[in-house]
Amino acid sequence: MQASQAPGARPGSAPADAISLHGAHKHFGTVQAVRGLDLSIGQGEVVAFLGPNGAGKTTTIDMILGLSQPTAGDVSVFGLAPRQAISRGLVSAVLQTGGLLPDMTVAETARYTASLFLGPRPVDEVLRRAGIAEIGDRLVGKCSGGEKQRLRFAMALLPDPELLILDEPTTGMDVEGRRSFWAAIREDTARGRTVLFATHYLDEADAYADRIVLISHGLKVADGTAAEVKAMASGRTVRATLAGADAAALGRIKGADSVEIRGDTVIIHCSDSDAVARYLLNDTPARDLEITTRGLEDAFLALTGDGADVAATSPGGQR
Amino acid sequence: MTSQPLTADLTRRAPAAGGFNLTLLRLEIRRLLRNRRTVLFTMVLPVFFFLLFGLNSAYANDRNPSGPGNVSAFVLINLALYGAVLATTAGGAMVAIERSLGWSRQLRITPLSPAAYVAVKMLTAMVLGLSSLTAVFVVGGITGKPSMPIWVWVVSALSVWVGSLIFAAFGLFMGYLLPTENVMQILSFVLVIFAFAGGLFIPLSQYPHVVQEIAQYTPLYGLNQLVHAPLLDTAPHPAWIANAVVWLAIFAAGAMWRFRKDTARV
Repeated sequence: MQASQAPGARPGSAPADAISLHGAHKHFGTVQAVRGLDLSIGQGEVVAFLGPNGAGKTTTIDMILGLSQPTAGDVSVFGLAPRQAISRGLVSAVLQTGGLLPDMTVAETARYTASLFLGPRPVDEVLRRAGIAEIGDRLVGKCSGGEKQRLRFAMALLPDPELLILDEPTTGMDVEGRRSFWAAIREDTARGRTVLFATHYLDEADAYADRIVLISHGLKVADGTAAEVKAMASGRTVRATLAGADAAALGRIKGADSVEIRGDTVIIHCSDSDAVARYLLNDTPARDLEITTRGLEDAFLALTGDGADVAATSPGGQR
Repeated sequence: MTSQPLTADLTRRAPAAGGFNLTLLRLEIRRLLRNRRTVLFTMVLPVFFFLLFGLNSAYANDRNPSGPGNVSAFVLINLALYGAVLATTAGGAMVAIERSLGWSRQLRITPLSPAAYVAVKMLTAMVLGLSSLTAVFVVGGITGKPSMPIWVWVVSALSVWVGSLIFAAFGLFMGYLLPTENVMQILSFVLVIFAFAGGLFIPLSQYPHVVQEIAQYTPLYGLNQLVHAPLLDTAPHPAWIANAVVWLAIFAAGAMWRFRKDTARV
């Protein structure tokens, strides 16, 4: 109801984090969906929120959007309460659970939503950017799943938000649909928007995010670039050709976990491949150096400590 | 393409009145009128009933026991009330459909405040109620059968419309209570019972005494008496007014209670 106009950031102060969670907990009865999450996402970052079903992704997103209140802890968006940030059109989202009205057309749905914001982008423009300009007159009830998802994306673009949140945006799309959806998002994020997307598709996290936050059972288990997250779980393997290698000396390198010698080949599993490579190249006659990382999938399984689908009774899916 | 500022512009403002605006209302009404079932039940059906029961030459031109009009006019007001009540209930109950579809959740990530949303729903319901009673009155006028002074036409129509606010609140309450897409199938049955108990279809004097006693406390009784008062030239009885006001208070409080629970949870 309030036409709030409190100034957001004080001039001269450091820019507020786009998203900031401190010790956020969310319990549903005895189910602890989120158990003390700390997370800071700076402006302009593109972050993947990765985790198996039931890890607490949707619950966390609901708290960031003000759809639910944390049981304990603080959640702020650009330094504001989530609801305030939404009222001002600073944050918008493509929700898994957000429904559409089948008896309105695509363009009417967008016009309806546009009328709620102060100074929205033109409806034609967002429909075009979402790739659904030609089906504006189609009833939503007659649209495919992918078209509805694009409409949700178009609606999320209306306020020209500073932060865009996507909760498993490509669920149920075919490969081609996923690819073109991400192409549209990528084109959009080139404009410097902050993006947080939840996914359980590892390749999406790997391909589209600058940073990955991995959560499992309501806790953050890893946070870094895709490469860092991979390394965190499985480390890297350094392989080199080195005749007469001294296994004991190699094992003493900082960051080396295990050393294997097969004839002239040494294979070192390590958490700090840079240190191992530096030692090998500087202090030994090693050559043909090769550093490999295991896939993100292995990292995912190792860090979340279980298979892709943990619990059938997913608290993250509850309202 | 414009160059991107490094930090977000946080000086943006929220819309006034919680996002309430006339575009919303226009799109909501267009949407309602597109729904054939809604139009059939809230407009075609009451008009059809009037043509069926309001023109019967066996009684249509008879005078009412009191007042300046004929029986056809009495039936006209009955069916205008029935139509308006169905329409406003259907309008209010749309929240059930929107909740079950997840649309209300989608709206929660826009600046639209829950109170503004309820205001849009109530206004939409009232517009639908007005269309319904207008359809009945216009068709009735065209047939030329109902006879009553102009001022009775106007006052009856206005009191039907204002009174149907009770059922906009009822629809809203039920819409929050029964989160199902089929809410109107349940509610139209409930409304038929209210209509019989309120004396809309059969005069209450034809029921057994016990039923008449109970009927006085049902939600359509007071309103039905009140909207016929100008035609019958009777003074509004305080008990009728009390009935209407108390039921409005009950339905509004119920809607408010469920609405608060709903906004706390979704």
